Amino acid sequence: MKTLIKGGRLVDPGQGLDEPRDVLMDKGKIEALLDPGGKVSTGVRTVDAKDCLVVPGLIDMHVHLREPGQEYKETIASGAAAAAAGGFTAVACMANTKPCNDSAAVTDYILERAKAAKQVFVYPIGAATPGLSGEGMAEIADLKEHGCVAISDDGRPIMNAELARRLLEYCKGFDIPVVSHPEDLNLSAGGAMHEGYISTQLGLPGIPAEAEEVMVARDILLAELTGGRLHLAHVSTAGSVRLVREAKSRGAAVTCETAPHYFTLTQEAVRDLEYHTSTKMNPPLRTQEDREAIIQGLRDGTIDAIASDHAPHSPVEKDVEFILAMNGIVGLETSLGLALKLVHEGWLSFSQLVERMSVAPARILGIPGGTLRPGSPAHVTVIDPAREWTVDVAQFKSKSRNSPFQGWKLRGRAVQVWVEGKKIV
Amino acid sequence: MSKERKILDSDAVKRAMTRIAHEVVERNKGVESVVLVGIRKGGEPMARRLAQLLTEIEGRPVPRGFMDVTMYRDDIFHQKTHPKVHKTEIDFDIEGKVVVLVDDVLFTGRTIRAAMDALMDFGRPRSIQLAVLVDRGHRELPIRADFVGRNLPTARGDRVKVKFGEGAEEDQVVLIEAEENAAEPAGNEGGK
Amino acid sequence: MALLVKHMLGLEQVEREDIETILDTAASLQEISYRPVKKVPTLRGKTQVNLFFEPSTRTRTSFEIAGKRLSADVVNFTASASSLSKGETLADTARNLWAMRPDILVVRHSAAGAPHLLAKLLDTPIINAGDGAHEHPTQALLDMFTVREKKRKLSGLKVVIAGDIAHSRVARSNIYGFSKMGAEVWVVGPPTLIPPGIERMGARVSYRLEEAIPDADVIMMLRIQLERGAGSLFPSLREYAIRFGLNPARMRLCKPDVLVMHPGPINRGVEISPEVADGPYSVILDQVEAGVAVRMALLYLLCAGAEHEDTDQGRT
Repeated sequence: MKTLIKGGRLVDPGQGLDEPRDVLMDKGKIEALLDPGGKVSTGVRTVDAKDCLVVPGLIDMHVHLREPGQEYKETIASGAAAAAAGGFTAVACMANTKPCNDSAAVTDYILERAKAAKQVFVYPIGAATPGLSGEGMAEIADLKEHGCVAISDDGRPIMNAELARRLLEYCKGFDIPVVSHPEDLNLSAGGAMHEGYISTQLGLPGIPAEAEEVMVARDILLAELTGGRLHLAHVSTAGSVRLVREAKSRGAAVTCETAPHYFTLTQEAVRDLEYHTSTKMNPPLRTQEDREAIIQGLRDGTIDAIASDHAPHSPVEKDVEFILAMNGIVGLETSLGLALKLVHEGWLSFSQLVERMSVAPARILGIPGGTLRPGSPAHVTVIDPAREWTVDVAQFKSKSRNSPFQGWKLRGRAVQVWVEGKKIV
Repeated sequence: MSKERKILDSDAVKRAMTRIAHEVVERNKGVESVVLVGIRKGGEPMARRLAQLLTEIEGRPVPRGFMDVTMYRDDIFHQKTHPKVHKTEIDFDIEGKVVVLVDDVLFTGRTIRAAMDALMDFGRPRSIQLAVLVDRGHRELPIRADFVGRNLPTARGDRVKVKFGEGAEEDQVVLIEAEENAAEPAGNEGGK
Repeated sequence: MALLVKHMLGLEQVEREDIETILDTAASLQEISYRPVKKVPTLRGKTQVNLFFEPSTRTRTSFEIAGKRLSADVVNFTASASSLSKGETLADTARNLWAMRPDILVVRHSAAGAPHLLAKLLDTPIINAGDGAHEHPTQALLDMFTVREKKRKLSGLKVVIAGDIAHSRVARSNIYGFSKMGAEVWVVGPPTLIPPGIERMGARVSYRLEEAIPDADVIMMLRIQLERGAGSLFPSLREYAIRFGLNPARMRLCKPDVLVMHPGPINRGVEISPEVADGPYSVILDQVEAGVAVRMALLYLLCAGAEHEDTDQGRT
């Protein structure tokens, strides 16, 4: 049966569209984009999208789903459900599971579990090095063959510059991007938050911005050296934005993402929430100047994508001393709401938001979606931008609750999510 | 409005103090082994005054010290705001001495109980006597004063204010009567 | 007379008014330690738990004596003797202890913020006895007490804190405390031991002792962690002692009534020479003595404060 999403405002930057259109879906694909108010033929189910945005399904290109190995934090099914609840139709999951995704067998397992979950599309990212050891290369071509859309040791940087160079070179041959976790481990060693006045005040070991920027600079240079496709994960500092902007102006094949917490929160949150471990992540929350530079980077396109870095942890890892707590926060269910804040505050247009949360991730990873052009898969997110809601971690579909945004009042959320023409939310 | 009534004026206070001083001398056959300990804060000026009178009468100095009994009170955890702790200054040995505890107003007896406990931590006096300017009744413990300036019948909710004037200031004792329906509890540190 | 704060987690959040109340109360209580019977019944029936997750003999002993002089039942719980090594989390330990109904907790932990975590979980007043490199408020209070007793004031004094500022909770608490009381605080050390942004906490920075000490009223030398000597922060203890140690030659630059302090334990011959530690300017043992009085004051003020909300009737 055909379905018509009716009465909404279509925002599809790929086609340069931002206007009222009805979206007709059939057999899992977009059949047509119709002028509003047209006569609906019989046999077409209509779904109302009045006052809503109808956009290409959102894609979170950086999440941690914890399965296999740490199912008490998250499973592929619970993570996929959280993604759907957050308005996403696809996610890309990092390789640091237990065992890690450094072999086709683990990739197959992830894809199998994702299929069984019948929620959003899950695209595995394969490990760059065996066991995320930072030494040697994983079987990258095989990983890609089985469905990996990028390779990364996310959570750990490739400290060896020569290996980083060879990975970029090798991957070029298989047209698969290398996702870098930019962090110099010697500079960040032992750090628990951003290094600066607040870390001094709180007596916590600091991580300077330069721990990130040194690696951003190195990886950009190596990408230029090799011509490989570099994607920088969770960029968090003004210096990184500047380096990427300069690289792009030189024409380097570099893309990058940031996470909502970096354009929403600053280091002061660690103090204001009195060492609450939901403010501990890596890279750490930075300064107000960094936050503003991140927003500027999102505005001018230096930063290609918004990704949540969804990192579920249980109380076992988070209900502990700050210095001992694991890094990361859950983000799938707050990502869109926080990004919409940038739109409401006038920093981004709706079209830019869709570009950063759907079009760019699809393009960087080379996966379907990111557009509602007729003939493409019917992955659609319907957003009510005015809907006010309060973040309540107890209501999360995710298994974990580690969010610093508990109790926040946000405006705008996904009200319908369609994957291949099927409504999952 | 609560009603204020002057019970003792400056002359009356002086007479009462002189009488107490003579009674102390008489009871102890001189002041050879007598030491004075004023209970802070109300007993402090009275102890100074009494020491001065005893010295004048007997022609020899009488050791005097001051004691804060806050840390011995039985109501620290029953107060809305707990009282300020003042210094205890007893720079003489009380072992074998006759300690005359001095306080301005004797009411429930709980402060005196605390003071006696505190005193025992400084040594073993031969005896402890109690001198007060006003005994207003309403005892809650079996305690009585040895030397009393004035027995004053009061209602529980009343307040008695004693002032030992400094310099040209007048001494006086004022009774502040409780308001008719005031179910005010019987005060705290200051409300004696 | 109650404090504005329910816990003593650090001096950053404490108002000057509270600091004065604590110091005044300590001044009144100090005399108890000189009595034949060094004990008052104030905290009779109250249970004080010293929860020490990091070895510390002197601070724990000082808190223990303070509690005992107030008649509290003092229980020591140290990490080595505890179940922590069995994988129990701090939160679990805290909840277990709380089930035993302590009236006040004294917490020492190597992790900054650990007492704050406990304060969120438990309804018991908590005294931070040192958390990581964050704060050590009772040390700063006893330091201020010592200086106030000697100088009769804190306002207008110049206080120099020298050594490993970056890793020092004593430095942080003293910067807050002395600044709030109107003193001027300088920190001195090699640049690698001066943390970023320390000026914003109210301290002036110098990399040379000679520059800071000539007009100082108080010089506080911090213990240098011997194990840091081999790291990348400074070359050797030898060079540190030569450049940043307080020795008789440097003392000759100082005012004649300068006070030399040290939170202990001392590394004789490293940050402070024996002649200076034992010399006439040294008030190191006064600090230790003040520690008991200040901790008694805090225990009294926080313990007694704990029941305010449940009580509505005062009687004599």
